[in-house]
Amino acid sequence: MFLKNYILTVFRSIKSLLKGMKVTGYYFTHPKNILTQEYPDNRATLQMFERFKGEVVMPHNTNNEHRCTGCQACEIACPNGTIKIITKQELTADGKKKKRLDTFVYHHDMCTLCNMCIIACPSDAIVMAQTFEHSVYDKKMLKKILNAPESKLMEGVE
Amino acid sequence: MKSVILYSLSGFSTYIHNLLSSNIGNNLILLITELTIIGITLLISLVLLCFFLGWMERRVAAFMELRLGPNRVGPQGTLQIVADTVKLLFKEGLTPSKSDKFLFNLAPFIVVVAAMMAIAPLAFAKNFSIFDINIGVLYVSSVSSLSVLGVLMAGWSSYNKYSLLGAMRSGAQIVSYELSVGLSLIAIVVLSGNTSLGEIINSQQNGWWIFKGHIPAIIAFVIFIIASTAEINRAPFDLAEADQELTGGFNTEYSGMKFAMFLLAEYINLFVVSAMGATLFLGGWMPFHIGNWESFNQIMDYIPSFVWFMGKTFLIIFIIMWFRWTFPRLRVDQLLKLEWKYLLPISMINIILITLIAIMGWHF
Repeated sequence: MFLKNYILTVFRSIKSLLKGMKVTGYYFTHPKNILTQEYPDNRATLQMFERFKGEVVMPHNTNNEHRCTGCQACEIACPNGTIKIITKQELTADGKKKKRLDTFVYHHDMCTLCNMCIIACPSDAIVMAQTFEHSVYDKKMLKKILNAPESKLMEGVE
Repeated sequence: MKSVILYSLSGFSTYIHNLLSSNIGNNLILLITELTIIGITLLISLVLLCFFLGWMERRVAAFMELRLGPNRVGPQGTLQIVADTVKLLFKEGLTPSKSDKFLFNLAPFIVVVAAMMAIAPLAFAKNFSIFDINIGVLYVSSVSSLSVLGVLMAGWSSYNKYSLLGAMRSGAQIVSYELSVGLSLIAIVVLSGNTSLGEIINSQQNGWWIFKGHIPAIIAFVIFIIASTAEINRAPFDLAEADQELTGGFNTEYSGMKFAMFLLAEYINLFVVSAMGATLFLGGWMPFHIGNWESFNQIMDYIPSFVWFMGKTFLIIFIIMWFRWTFPRLRVDQLLKLEWKYLLPISMINIILITLIAIMGWHF
């Protein structure tokens, strides 16, 4: 009984060792599976992952219109004060006064890319962009204004 | 069997010997000159070999871990190791203040010298070895175990508990695994009836011992590979270095060129062990022959013997590297259990079988 167990142990362990070597041997003989991205060389063909978060941006349509109503939900949701929203009063066509977005200030240097602002936004005005090359020579350049100059609120977004 | 090996390095060495002896009359001066030439050639080729092995190890490791490895300096990263060596040359060689300075500085040299001494009896090509003594197997196995002396010296003199632990582990490991290596070497000595490496290679002219000795020879080969991996302190038996536990083990306190010498010794040991495996089990520089296939054998003979030797050696080196990047490190108790409960009893029974084969003449 002891001898049988002994021999079985030897064979079982050899089998499991060979199984491990098969895996690494497969990797060695199939260099196509290599995961390393040779970054600066493959800039042109680089594909980012779907859930990669680079920075907060505000999409504008062709008429230079955005969806931000200036409700400040993102500013409240942000855990470290990255977003600062400045609003203004605007007269609508029927003479009513309405609160509108003036400037959407986004401090990229403080942002932790936690995605809270995007979840909080009721009108889907901001999204996470997949850009990743953010290095600049001056920290001030990381303070960004997201709404384009002269942009307006899109029709039908309240 | 007639041999038609066209390319052999022996002609070249004879040519140099004749050239020197015609110019130098004094025998002593001739001997010294030749020894100097051999020494310098050996040193240069070993350093080049270590550059290649260092590059190969990194690339093999990277490919097995789905990485790319060094590929920036030189074509495919071949010059990376040269850049690293230049870096190590400019590093400060620190000696810890409370260390035993004499032993601390001596240890790397002992390790390298012990590794280099084992090169001597190896036959690199047909009729081409530095010093083919009639006790080659015994010589290599005894000289290669000297390197543990240097390791113990390094660990003891460093005045560092990690170094000491690493050195002690290395001692326990090499003392244990020496037995299995020895027994698997004896298997081939029994089969060929000779301890000279040149004679052992000649006895494999009609087939390598791993084929001629049936299953016991294969078992001996496997045990040899496992035990010699342990003897040269490579993963999965790298308890002496164990970067994660001992921050580098016996070479924790070493820096600069002294550290590089330990690295050099490791690669030379790897080469020696693989060359021994290739010589004893895979026929050294002997070409691969199959029975009566005359035309096939002729084609095999046209491949130079040096290429055969290096090919077999690098095959075994690759297998040992494959081990390193596949298996996790053993614990100390597992290490000793593997040796004393498995490898040693199996190789002892194997020796009996081998002896039976040799006595009955069952090998062909």
